[in-house]
Amino acid sequence: MENDNAVRVRGLVKRYPDKVAVDGVDLDIHRGEVFALLGPNGAGKTTTTEILEGYRRADDGEVSVLGTDPVHGDRSWRARLGIVLQTSRDEAESTVFELVNHYAGYYPNPRDPDQVIAAVGLEEKRKTRPRKLSGGQRRRLDVALGVIGNPELLFLDEPTTGFDPEARRQFWTLIEELRTEGTTILLTTHYLDEAEHLADRVGVIADGRMIEIGTPETLGGRGARTARVSWSDADGPHELRTDQPTAEVAALMARFGGEVPELEVRRPSLEDIYLDLIGKAAVTAVAADAPAVAMEAGAL
Amino acid sequence: MADTKALPSTLSVGLARTRLEVREFFREREALIFTFFFPIIFLAIFSAVFGNTDFDGVNAATYFTPGMIASGIFLSSFQSLSISIALERDEGLLKRLRGTPMPPQAYFIGKIGQVLITSVLQIALLLAISGLLLGVDLPTEPDRWLNFVWIFILGTASGSVLGIAFSVVPKSGKAASAVITPIVLLLQFMSGVYFVYSSLPAWMRNVAAVFPLKWLAQGMRSVFLPDGFELTEPAKSWQLGTGAIVLSIWLIVGLFLAQRVFRWTRRDAG
Repeated sequence: MENDNAVRVRGLVKRYPDKVAVDGVDLDIHRGEVFALLGPNGAGKTTTTEILEGYRRADDGEVSVLGTDPVHGDRSWRARLGIVLQTSRDEAESTVFELVNHYAGYYPNPRDPDQVIAAVGLEEKRKTRPRKLSGGQRRRLDVALGVIGNPELLFLDEPTTGFDPEARRQFWTLIEELRTEGTTILLTTHYLDEAEHLADRVGVIADGRMIEIGTPETLGGRGARTARVSWSDADGPHELRTDQPTAEVAALMARFGGEVPELEVRRPSLEDIYLDLIGKAAVTAVAADAPAVAMEAGAL
Repeated sequence: MADTKALPSTLSVGLARTRLEVREFFREREALIFTFFFPIIFLAIFSAVFGNTDFDGVNAATYFTPGMIASGIFLSSFQSLSISIALERDEGLLKRLRGTPMPPQAYFIGKIGQVLITSVLQIALLLAISGLLLGVDLPTEPDRWLNFVWIFILGTASGSVLGIAFSVVPKSGKAASAVITPIVLLLQFMSGVYFVYSSLPAWMRNVAAVFPLKWLAQGMRSVFLPDGFELTEPAKSWQLGTGAIVLSIWLIVGLFLAQRVFRWTRRDAG
C-alpha cells in the first residue's frame, strides 16, 4: 500500500508557544499526482510542508514521506526529494549554469544541467548571475535547483508569487511536464486558478485543520457548483440556486415579458467555493495579504 | 531503479563546495577589499606614514608585517566566516542546502577550504609586497618557517571554528557586519596589531591575552622579527608554548561551540 502513497500523514499536530499551528491533519498524496494545499496565511500550510520536508518536528501524529519518517530522513532519502522554498538566496556570485551544475553534484542520479536550464527557460541566462535575473527568472532558477536531482517528490511553496501572467503560464507548462514524467508534486499556493489548473486534488487547510480534500471539480461537495441565477425587480435583488438555470431564465423571461433586469447566471468558481469553505475571517486575511504580495513582486 | 547509484562522497562534495566558495569570494568585491586586501593596504599605509622610523632597529614595514599577517589570518577566518554564514542563514541559503542531500560536513569543508586557500594567497601577496617593495628582510631559517606553519594552521583553524560558532550571534544578516566588524577591530587594537604591543597599557594586554589574536600576532613576531626582539615583549619571551596552548584551547572550545550552536535555519524558524 505504501507504494501508492508518496505522503501519508495521520493526526499531525504541531504546537507553538502561542498557538496550535497544526491540529490533527490527515493527508495522503498518491504517487504521480499534483496535490495543491490551499489556505489563508497562518493556516498551517507552511508548517505542515516543513514537517514533511524534515525542517520541523511534529509534536504528535504519524508522518511518512516516501516511506520514511522525515525526522529520520538521511541523505539517500533527501536525494529523492526536491524542495523549492518560499524564499531562498542563491550563491550570488555564481552563474545560472555554475549553480545548476554544482547542485547536480549533490545527487546520485541528477538530470542534465543544460536540459534542466532549457526546461525552465533560462538558456539565454546561462551565464548570468542570480542578482541580475528578474523575480520570475529567479524563481525558475529555484525550480531548476529543486528538480536537478531528479526527485520523486517535489515540494513547491508558493512558486509563482510575484509572477506576471505570461511567466505563470510558462511555469504551469513546466509543472505539467514534470507531472507527465511522473513526479509527485505538493504545491502550496495562494492562487486558486493555479490550483484549479495544475492540481489533481486540492486540500483546504484553515486554523490548522484540513477542512476538505477533493478534486477541483468536487470541492465544496455536491451543490457547491450549482448555478446561481440573480435578477432585480421592484422588491430589490433576488438570487436562487438551481440545477436548471435555462428553465429558470425562460420562466423569468415569461414573467417580465422580455428583458430581465440585471439578469446574471453564474456558477461558483473554485475561488468562491474556497472562500465559502474558509469562512469570512479568512476572506479578510486573503484581502489583507494581496498588497503585501504586490510589494514583494515590486521588490524583486 | 536509478536510485541504486551511490551518493557522491562527502569529500568530493566538500571539494566542489570549496571551489564554489573560493569563486564566490573572489567575485565579491566587498569581501575582497575588507578581508583580502585590508591587511595589505594597512601595511602600505604604515610603511608610508612611518617611513624609516626606527622600531628598535627595524623599519616600520618589518615591524608591522607580522601583525598584518596575524590580522589577515583572523579576518579571513573569523570575520569572513561569521559574517558570511550569518548572511547565508538569514537569507535562506543554509535552509536550501539542508534540503538537499549535501552532507553537512561538506559545507564546512567548503568554508574552511576557502579560508585556507584565500589566506595562503593573502599571506603570499603580503610577503611578496613586504619583501620586494617595502624592504623587509624575510627570514631564511627553516626553524622559523616551521613555526610559521603551525602558528598559521592553529590560527586559521581556531579562527574558523570560532567564526562558524559566532555566526549565530547577529540577529539578522544585515546586522552581521555591524556586530562583528567592531569586535574584530577592537581585538586588533588590543592585540597590538596596529601598535607596538609592549606600549599598550597592562590591563589592555591582560584582556587581549585571553583571546587568540594576541597569541597569533606574538607568534608571527617570533617568526619575522630578528633575534633579540623577544626582549622587547612584556614577557621578555615569545611564549610560543603558552601561545600554542591558548590557541589549542580556543580551537577545542570553538569546535565544541560550533557543533552545539550551529543551525541551518533562522532563530524564528521553530
